[in-house]
Amino acid sequence: MTTPDERMEQLLKQSLRPTITHPGTTPQRDLWPAMLHRLDQTSNRIPWFDWALLAAVVMWLAIFPRAIPVLLYHL
Amino acid sequence: MPTLEQPREVLQRFALGEIDAFEELFRRHQSEVYRWILRIVRDPAIAEDLTVETFWRIHRSHARFDPGRSFEAWARRIASNAALDHLRSSPCEVALPEHFSDRQLPQQALPNPGISLELRQKTARAFARLPPKLRIAATLALIEEQPYKEIAEALGISTGAVKLRVFRALRLLRKTLQRQGIEP
Repeated sequence: MTTPDERMEQLLKQSLRPTITHPGTTPQRDLWPAMLHRLDQTSNRIPWFDWALLAAVVMWLAIFPRAIPVLLYHL
Repeated sequence: MPTLEQPREVLQRFALGEIDAFEELFRRHQSEVYRWILRIVRDPAIAEDLTVETFWRIHRSHARFDPGRSFEAWARRIASNAALDHLRSSPCEVALPEHFSDRQLPQQALPNPGISLELRQKTARAFARLPPKLRIAATLALIEEQPYKEIAEALGISTGAVKLRVFRALRLLRKTLQRQGIEP
């Protein structure tokens, strides 16, 4: 005599098969090139904080244009 | 499960951000990470993409890695999170692709010939609509037959919590099927 939960478990096991049929299953392609591509994309991306800093400096210079020579002097 | 632990020196170099050490770890662990993700998402192409996503997250977090701990366990935890994020954003929760049930159904003869193909398809579809957290636990424990301890470590919860999620998944699945007039 089985409980409804046990019958549900059996039905589930008969409805979906395990995906790994043998322990040596590997990706069908070399994933390292995709990994390098992903890392390159990340390193080339400018962080949002840098964009915010740039916007703040531009706004500051637009409001106080006399500060431009001071900024250039300190660069 | 085979142990694929690295020499501590490689792990230390990885923690410092050396790309050579990261590549060594990637090449050594990619298949294991891929298989773990494949067990969860059940699609080889998606599993490959998520393997890359997992290792990208691993690389991003290299400074937080403790070389004294197991890289494999850490990678599996990150892989589980990446797979969970995918399941949460996947349209599979709402509408299952037509090919899903055909691909997932057992190819071998079933022990119980009384269970029809239609019933198995409905069960597979209902299962795919379960909440991702419950689905992951039930998939790994019941379908893939992974040890509860390993599932718990990968999901970052206790063994008892895994069992509870499996129980809730079965209960919810049974109620869903009952609403369709099916009594398992």
